[in-house]
Amino acid sequence: MATIHLQQVDKLFGTSYAVKPMDLTIKNGEFVVLLGPSGCGKTTTLRMISGLESVTNGMITFDGKDVTWLHPSERDISFVFQFFALYSHMSCYENISFPLQAKNEPKDEIKRKVSQVAQMLRIESLLDKRPGSLSGGDQQRVALARALVRKPAAFLMDEPLGALDAEFRDSMRAEIKRLHIEQGATTVYVTHDQIEAMAMADKVVVMSAAEVQQVGTPLEVYYDPSNLFVAKFIGSPGMNLLKGHYENGTVGLPGDNLLTVSEKAKTLLGKAVGTGEVVVGFRPESVVLKEDGQLHGSVYSSDLHGGYTMLHLSLGSDIVHARGERRMKYAMNTMLRFDLKSEQVRFFDPKTEKSIK
Amino acid sequence: MLQSPSAPKQPVTISTRVDKVGARPAFWRSFRATLAVLIAAITLLPAVWMAMTAFKSQPDAVSAPPKVFFRPTLEGFVGLLTARRQLTPSEIEEYRQRTDLNWVERIVARRGQVIIGQSEFLKYLVNSLIISVTSTFLSIVLGVLAAYAFSRFKIRGEADLLFFILSTRMLPPVVVTIPIFLMYRALGLFDTHFGLILLYTAFNLSFAVWLLKGFIDEIPKEYEEAALVDGYTRLQAFRKIVLPQAATGIAATTVFSFIFAWNEYAFALMLTSNVARTAPPSLPSRIGTGVVEWSTIAAGSLAFLIPAVILTFALRKHLLRGVTFGAIRKG
Repeated sequence: MATIHLQQVDKLFGTSYAVKPMDLTIKNGEFVVLLGPSGCGKTTTLRMISGLESVTNGMITFDGKDVTWLHPSERDISFVFQFFALYSHMSCYENISFPLQAKNEPKDEIKRKVSQVAQMLRIESLLDKRPGSLSGGDQQRVALARALVRKPAAFLMDEPLGALDAEFRDSMRAEIKRLHIEQGATTVYVTHDQIEAMAMADKVVVMSAAEVQQVGTPLEVYYDPSNLFVAKFIGSPGMNLLKGHYENGTVGLPGDNLLTVSEKAKTLLGKAVGTGEVVVGFRPESVVLKEDGQLHGSVYSSDLHGGYTMLHLSLGSDIVHARGERRMKYAMNTMLRFDLKSEQVRFFDPKTEKSIK
Repeated sequence: MLQSPSAPKQPVTISTRVDKVGARPAFWRSFRATLAVLIAAITLLPAVWMAMTAFKSQPDAVSAPPKVFFRPTLEGFVGLLTARRQLTPSEIEEYRQRTDLNWVERIVARRGQVIIGQSEFLKYLVNSLIISVTSTFLSIVLGVLAAYAFSRFKIRGEADLLFFILSTRMLPPVVVTIPIFLMYRALGLFDTHFGLILLYTAFNLSFAVWLLKGFIDEIPKEYEEAALVDGYTRLQAFRKIVLPQAATGIAATTVFSFIFAWNEYAFALMLTSNVARTAPPSLPSRIGTGVVEWSTIAAGSLAFLIPAVILTFALRKHLLRGVTFGAIRKG
C-alpha cells in the first residue's frame, strides 16, 4: 500500500488541456473518488496515475518514489476497467492468476492465492468457466479478484460499476467498499455517479472542465460546495441556487421574497459583498414548510419518492426543489410558505461563482 | 377461459414483437434448407465428377455418353505416380503371358504400357507444399505485426500506406508476369522455391494486413492495458493477449493465403520449369503428351485438393466466425 502524490500534474492533448495542473495527495489506505461529468479529465488523471497515459508536466510519486516515467508494469498497481477487460480466451482461474504469472510465482502459491481471493469474492464455483458465460456482476467480481490477488500498492478503478445493471450495482458497491475496508488498500475510483462517490469515498475530488473543483469529504462537498458547479453537480437534485440582491441583512429573492440571513451570514456578507448581488444556495431538505414561513412559492408539481414527496415550487421564474411530507397531497398552484434552516444556507459570488466563506 | 369473440382460433403462443414474427417460418426454413442443398449440389457436382473420373479406366473416362456407373480402378493414380512407355505389339503379347507381374504392373500392362520409373508429380506436390506453407507462414507473421502496428500506433501517412499496400492487388497478376519473369531471370530467381515464396508472400501480405487489421481493431485496447498494469511488457501482452484474441482472424487469413498460394497457376507456369515447379501447372502439362489421360489428370486434381480441404476443415470453426468479419463479441 502506498501514499500517492500528484504534484502539478497536467495533460495536454495538442494545445488543449485534458487535465489542468493539479495537486492531489491520496493517503495510504484512503478511498479517493474522482467525480465529474464525462470529459472532465477524471479518467485521464487515473490513467496518468497508472502510467497508461504519460503526463505532460508534473511529478507523480508513490511513497515518495518518483514513478512519473515508469512503465505501468513497474508501478505495482491494479486497474479495474469499466468493461472488465477479462481475457475471453482464458478461464476465470487463468484470468485471476494472470498477474501472478507475470511475476513467475510458484504454481502452488498461485493456486493458494487465487482460491483465497475467490473465496473472498464468492466466485469459487466459477473458476473453471470462461468469463463470457458469466453475468455482468460475476464478471466484475472476477475482474476485482484479478486486481486483488496481487496485493498491489494501489487499486485504480475506472467506473467499475458503470456497465452493470442497477441491481448488481448496489450490491457490488457495498462489496467494493467492504473489500476496501478489509484490505485497507489505497484506492482511486473514477465515476460520474455522485451517489457512488458519496457512498464510498473517504475523499471526493470533484472535477469539471479539466480542472479540480473541490477536494473534500463527501459531507464537505455536499454541505459546503466550494463553487456553483459543485453545488449543482452534487446531490440529486442539486442544490437550489437563487440569484438575489443582498442589502443590510436581507436578500431579495425571485417571486417577491425577502430572506433574512443569520447574524453569522450577515457579518460574512457584509464583508464580502457589502450591498450587491449574491447567489443563495440550499438543499431540498433544508426547506421547512411552515404556515408562517418567511418565503413563499406555488406548487409547480410534486412527485412521490416513497419515503418523501419532492416538491417543485415556483418562485417567480425559478424552480426550487423542496422535500415535503409524504402523506400530504400538494395540489398544483397551491401557495406554500416555508423557511430555510439558516445554518444550511450557503452564499456564492455570482461573478467568480465561488462560495462566500 | 375468457376469449374475445374476435380472437383467432389458435391461441397466440409466440411473441408478436416486430422482429420476432415471420410469415410461415416453418415453410421458409425448409425452403432455405432446400435452396442450400441445391446450391451445394450444383457447386459440388464438378468435384464429384472429378473424383469419379479419377477412379475410372481410360475407356470409361472418355466414353460417350458419360458413365455414371462403372468399375472403379486405380489406373488414374498409377498413371499419376509413374512414368510409362508404350509397348510394341509383340511386347504386349509377351506381357500377357507373364505371371510375375504385381498388381500395379498388371494395371499398366492392360493398357499396353510398361513402367519405366517414377513420375515427377510427388516432387511437384512437395514443391507446392513447401512454397505454399512457407509463403503463408511469412505473410501471416509479417501481416500480424504490420496489422498490429497499423491498428495500435499512430503512423504518419497511415491511410496512404494502407492504400499503397492494397494497390498491389489492384491489377490482375497476369499483367506483370512478363516483367517479373525478366527480373527473376536476371536475379537468378527463375525456377527457385525462394522466387515463388517471395512472390506469393508479397501478394498475400497486402491481403493479410488488411484482413488482420480489422480483427485486431476489434480487440479492445483495455485487454492490453490490463496486461500492462498486471506486470507484462508490451511484447508479452501482444503474445499472450493479442495473438490468442486474434486467433479467428489469423486462422481465416491463413486459409485464404494458403489457398491462393496453393492454387496459383500463372506465375508458377511462367517462373518455374522443373526444379521448383508446383502441382497446378504440372497437371495440364499431361494433356500435351500423346493421348489425354483424363483419369490421370482427375487423380492428380483430386490429390491436389486434399491439403486445402484438410486445412479448411481443420480451421472451419474459426473460418466460419472469421468470414463474418467483425462479428466478435466485445469484452
